[in-house]
Amino acid sequence: MSDAESMMHGGFVSALDLPDVPSSKLPHHLDLRRTRVLCNSVAPDNTDTVQYSGAYASMGVDNSLRLDDFRNNFKVNVNRLTADEMEFDMVGVDPSLANAFRRILLAELPTMAIEKVFIANNTSVIQDEVLAHRLGLVPIIVDPRHFDYLSENDRPNEKNTIVFKLHVRCKKGDPRGTVKSDELRWLPKGSEFLKESGASASNTKAETYTSFNFSQDSMPEFSDNPIGVSPGIIVAKLAPGQEIELEAHAVKGIGKTHAKWSPVATCWYRMLPEVVLNEDIKGDMAEELVKKCPASVFDIEELANGKKRATVARPRACTLCRECVRDDEWERRISLCRVKDHFIFTIESVGALPPEVLFTEAVKILEDKCERVISDLS
Amino acid sequence: MEHASFGDERNATFCITEEDHTLANSLRFALNQDPRVMFCGYSIPHPSDAKVNIRVQTTGEPAREVLKDSCQDLMLMCQHVRGSFDKAIAEFKRNNSSRNYGRNPIAKEDNTNRKLSEAKDCLSKQLHTLPKFNNHNQNRQ
Ligand code: SF4
Repeated sequence: MSDAESMMHGGFVSALDLPDVPSSKLPHHLDLRRTRVLCNSVAPDNTDTVQYSGAYASMGVDNSLRLDDFRNNFKVNVNRLTADEMEFDMVGVDPSLANAFRRILLAELPTMAIEKVFIANNTSVIQDEVLAHRLGLVPIIVDPRHFDYLSENDRPNEKNTIVFKLHVRCKKGDPRGTVKSDELRWLPKGSEFLKESGASASNTKAETYTSFNFSQDSMPEFSDNPIGVSPGIIVAKLAPGQEIELEAHAVKGIGKTHAKWSPVATCWYRMLPEVVLNEDIKGDMAEELVKKCPASVFDIEELANGKKRATVARPRACTLCRECVRDDEWERRISLCRVKDHFIFTIESVGALPPEVLFTEAVKILEDKCERVISDLS
Repeated sequence: MEHASFGDERNATFCITEEDHTLANSLRFALNQDPRVMFCGYSIPHPSDAKVNIRVQTTGEPAREVLKDSCQDLMLMCQHVRGSFDKAIAEFKRNNSSRNYGRNPIAKEDNTNRKLSEAKDCLSKQLHTLPKFNNHNQNRQ
C-alpha cells in the first residue's frame, strides 16, 4: 500500500493490531480493496471483484449477499433521457450483472430488420448484394413485440414479416440522384411481386412472395401509426437513366445472429471515478493542477486570506487519463479510484424502442434465462 | 444436463445449452454469494459450441438444489432491478417537463456529456417533427 493511500484512508492496520473479537466490518485497507479499483500512474490495480462468500471468513466478516441487503443498497438514478438516448447511474450491483445487461442489450434483444431483398431491376452502379446489405442495416421504427419470429417452415405472413417497396428512377437529363431510406414505402398488404412459376391456371388468385391474411394497417397498433424506417440514410446513388426497383422483407431477429438486429447503436457503462486530494494543494501548484487535467476536473477556490486552493469540482468528468498522477510527487498528492459497484450506464437506441423500454426488456430476458434453467433442473 | 458423479450429489457439473457468458457469469456470481457453495466456476468448452459448463461443489446440500436457489436469487435480483429502474424513470419523467426534458444538474456539470446531449437533443427534436415519431412524443407527455 502506498503512502498516498494510507494517508487518505487512515493508515495501514497490521493484522496484529486487529481486535480479537471480529467485528462485522472489514478493516479500512481491505474494504478499500474490496470496493475500489486503484488507478495508479503505472497501471490500474486491484481490478477484480471479491465474489466468494467466505473470502473474509477468517476475519469474521460475511461476504455473502443477502437479498434484503441487495434491495436496500441498490439504487438507480436517471441523469438524462431523450427519445433515443439515456444515461443512468446504477449503484450496488456486481459487474457480472451489469455486464449481463449490457450483453443482452447488444446481442439478445429482438428487433425487425430487412432480411430478404427481391430485386426486380437494378441498373445503378451499386451491386445487388451490396445494396441488400445496406438496406439490412437501415433501422426499422416498429415495436418488435408485435411480431413473431419467422422460422424455416413458416410462410411469411402479417405476423412475422414487414414488406417495403423501393422504386426510384433518375430521369435522363436530370442531375445525379441520391436514394435515401425515406423512399422505402411500407406495403401493409404484403408483397406485390407475383411468383413466376408454380401458379396453376385454376388458381384464381395469383401467388405473391408473402401470404398475408389481412392488411397490417388494419391492426390496431399500426392503423394510425404507419411503420417507417429511420429517415435520411443514404442507400444508393443514381446517374441519369438508372433505376432501382425492389421489395425488401423485414423479419424479427437478434443481434447475435447479425448486428443489423441490434436495438442499440451502442450501450456501455463506466465505473464512477473518485478523485481525492490527499493534501491541500495551494498557490502555483493549484494552478498547475488545473492546467494538467484535460477534463477540467479541478477548480480553484479563493481562501479568505487571498490564497488559492485546488478543489475537486467535477469528479464525474474524470476520464482517468492519469495525467495528473504522472509525476511521482503528484501521485503522492492525488488518489484516483473507481467505485466497483457504481455504474454509469449509457444506452443509445437506434429508434425501434425508447431506451428505457430496452433496459427493462433486457432485464426480463435475464429473468427468462434463469427461469429456463430452473425448469430444466426440476 | 447434469453430469454428477454417482452417489455424490454435492459435486456436479451442469451443461447449459444455448447460453454464454451472459448467464454463466451472473450465475457464478449468484452461486459464489451463497455460503453453501464451496467452489464454483464455469467454462465454455469450445467457442463455436453454444454451451457452458457450470461446476458447483457444495458443503453438503445437493448441488442441483443450490444451483436452483441461485437462479431464483438472480431472478429476484433482476426483478428488483427492474422495479427500481421503472420507479426512477417515472420519477424522472415527473420532475422533467417536456421543455427541459433530458437536462438535469448532474448532466450539466459534466461538460463532455452536456455537449453530447445537446447534439442529441437537437437531433431528436428534428426527428420529432416527423410523423413517425409522434408515438414517442405522446408517450412522453
Ligand atoms: S485522471 Fe485525467 S481526467 Fe482524471 S483528474 Fe487526473 S488529469 Fe483529470
